Amino acid sequence: MDTNTLILILVATVAAAVPLIFAGLGELVVEKSGVLNLGVEGMMIVGALCAFIVATETGYLWLATIVGAAAGALMALIFGFITLSLMANQVATGLALTIFGVGLSAFVGQAYTSVALDGIKNLSLPGLSSIPILGKLLFSYNILVYLALVAFMVIAWFLYKTRAGLILRAVGESPASAHALGYRVIRIRYFAVLFGGAMAGLAGAYLSLAYTPLWAEGMTAGRGWIALALVVFATWRPGRVLIGALLFGGVTIAQFHAQGLGVELPSQFLSMLPYLATIVVLVLISRDAGVIRLNAPASLGQPWHNELH
Amino acid sequence: MHHNETPPRLELRGITKHYPAVVANQAIDLVVQPGEIHAVLGENGAGKSTLMKIVYGVVKPDAGQIIWNGQTVHIRSPAQARALGIGMVFQHFSLFDTLTVAQNIALALEPGQAIQELSARILEVSTRYGLPLEPDRLVHLLSVGERQRVEIVRCLLQAPQLLIMDEPTSVLTPQAVRKLFETLRRLAAEGCSILYISHKLDEIRELCHTATVLRGGQVTGTANPQLETSKSLAELMIGKELPAYKRSQVRQVGEPRLVINDLSRPSDDPFGTALAHIQLTVHAGEIVGIAGVSGNGQQELLYALSGEKPGQSEAVLIKGQAAGQLDAAGRRSLGLRFVPEERLGRGAVPEMSLEMNALLTGYANGLSKHGFIQYPKLRAFSNACIERFKVKAGGATAAAKSLSGGNVQKYIVGRELMLNPEVLVIAQPTWGVDVGAASFIRQTLLDLSQEGVAVLVVSEELEELFEICDRIAVIAGGQLSAAKPVAQTSIEEIGLLMGGARLMANTADTHEQQGVGL
Repeated sequence: MDTNTLILILVATVAAAVPLIFAGLGELVVEKSGVLNLGVEGMMIVGALCAFIVATETGYLWLATIVGAAAGALMALIFGFITLSLMANQVATGLALTIFGVGLSAFVGQAYTSVALDGIKNLSLPGLSSIPILGKLLFSYNILVYLALVAFMVIAWFLYKTRAGLILRAVGESPASAHALGYRVIRIRYFAVLFGGAMAGLAGAYLSLAYTPLWAEGMTAGRGWIALALVVFATWRPGRVLIGALLFGGVTIAQFHAQGLGVELPSQFLSMLPYLATIVVLVLISRDAGVIRLNAPASLGQPWHNELH
Repeated sequence: MHHNETPPRLELRGITKHYPAVVANQAIDLVVQPGEIHAVLGENGAGKSTLMKIVYGVVKPDAGQIIWNGQTVHIRSPAQARALGIGMVFQHFSLFDTLTVAQNIALALEPGQAIQELSARILEVSTRYGLPLEPDRLVHLLSVGERQRVEIVRCLLQAPQLLIMDEPTSVLTPQAVRKLFETLRRLAAEGCSILYISHKLDEIRELCHTATVLRGGQVTGTANPQLETSKSLAELMIGKELPAYKRSQVRQVGEPRLVINDLSRPSDDPFGTALAHIQLTVHAGEIVGIAGVSGNGQQELLYALSGEKPGQSEAVLIKGQAAGQLDAAGRRSLGLRFVPEERLGRGAVPEMSLEMNALLTGYANGLSKHGFIQYPKLRAFSNACIERFKVKAGGATAAAKSLSGGNVQKYIVGRELMLNPEVLVIAQPTWGVDVGAASFIRQTLLDLSQEGVAVLVVSEELEELFEICDRIAVIAGGQLSAAKPVAQTSIEEIGLLMGGARLMANTADTHEQQGVGL
């Protein structure tokens, strides 16, 4: 394998990891507030479709990106209203949200299945992008890839360095204590849920506008579920979500190349690899109960209401 | 006490709060002067906690007036209460385990202060009031006493004019209680008023200037506790005299029924305590108590004894048989009965009826046959249990969660006792139970040992252990001290052991040398 192929693989790895970075970090914030939203896949695919529709109808890619995020947030708002205001079961509601999102997008998206779209272009910085090796590795992505990295840094900083992040973690650990101190638990959880939805929508927009600029039914292909698993595997730490996303992206790309090189394995098995590898690593890493208890939001998935406590 | 020009610090007029099933507070009047330590005395369920939550803005009253330093106020939230100068230390601490001391305190303060500055202030306040703390430690690593200090320091940093303490001593060693009282007296001397919630009469007589007594949500009296006796306060509190216990002086102690033999076990909970070389023998006809501040290995020991977390075969002997590897059902079949601390969820299924809950442990005792439930027998069993143990419930079909804590406990204890125990392990038998039910349960345990059952009681209430036990051991840091006959020890000595002092060389069971033939 020559240097060029290796660089290609690395660049493709980053590109494949981006939707997981967005959706995983969004879900991380949601879960840190004590809410478990299993609707990531549904929010992501609705975001992907809405972004694609706006892009083809208006031609404004920036507007399409924003609409994708907003659509994800709107889906999250449904989830938030049902689980936070009406106190329904979070697991059941999240599952329903995914089924709803996948079905709705398939129905509405029929008209857009064979539409061609000129997607978001990779950056071409005069000078920088043409530096050998580094230029390709660092300066050849589209703007959303950099946005994902900025999002990572901002979220890590927010969670561990700001007072608001401290409050968010406190709410996820013990909503009753946070309420007793005078924090508005439900409102804080709404913000977290909406943010998580917007991030999932952004992940969808990245898929349909930049990664593969087209619309296909079920195009998120389980990435929402992988993002959910990543959060657990990362034991609720942003840095590990990033690493996990890159690992998943890396195995995805590596198996494509393996197929291209004619590895003597059924292609179906190779397509399973990224999922398998992520789950294996997940299981291996989450064995340390102490680390998990220190980082896992203790109230995860439990409904909470001011009047009940 | 102070009848000068300054208005009272806090005055409550006609505070009323109704819940769907109960009247928590009915027309409560209460006056607290500046610098006064004011006791609010009452049994569990008397309405003390609700009243304090109203003052702290957690609960909204249905009617009544709160007058703060002469001004009528409506306290809508804890944040507003804190802004007025009201601080509260909760009975069940409202701390965040995975955050540091300083972060926990920062969450309760106004924003805009750097953590480093705050740490310096924490150190300053904690030294001034004799409440040593390390700002950078994670809360889950702290002992219960230290956690309470975090709560108190958190309140003190807000320079409160009124501090509410909800059952502050229930988790402390006697020595820690003494230190806490010193701190509270110093605060009061500086002009801070203290509302002290408790059901412990001796403490109130030692510490408080005034006492308001609640019963059934109403004020039954106001007294100067230093002029009252425990007896007269108890009469105000429960409406009758404190019951005395009947115990026979002739004790027949039989063969060893439960032997714990060099039991060591790492904790499954990363924040838990590992057990180290636990050694204890409980004989037929005696009550052995295990004292200790919570979180010192009691949970781990109880799991290892009940069979919920089996271990090495020889570590637990029941009636001479190695039972360490058996699960809970296996140990039950050897005659072990177990009453856990958590009544709902572990001792009983909250949503299920009382009779279904009887089936949970009684299925092997004729309540089911060939896998089918014997409803007539089950109903008769449950009704007999309700009657014999004076459980207040809407019949055998009432859901366990519809009962008050004391009645659930009476039912669970009754259920186990009716299943012919030979060894009974019981945790916190009277925790959260009112005085009447508590004395009934204690008397039941005494009667049981009289009938030749080996009883092991794990409790954080020292007075209770001294009342009913023949021997007492102390668990601290996962190690168990030798069990000492009650007559040969004192609350002070047990308290020191609870604090971790090791007076005796390791954990030899003194029973053999001493003999228990009282």
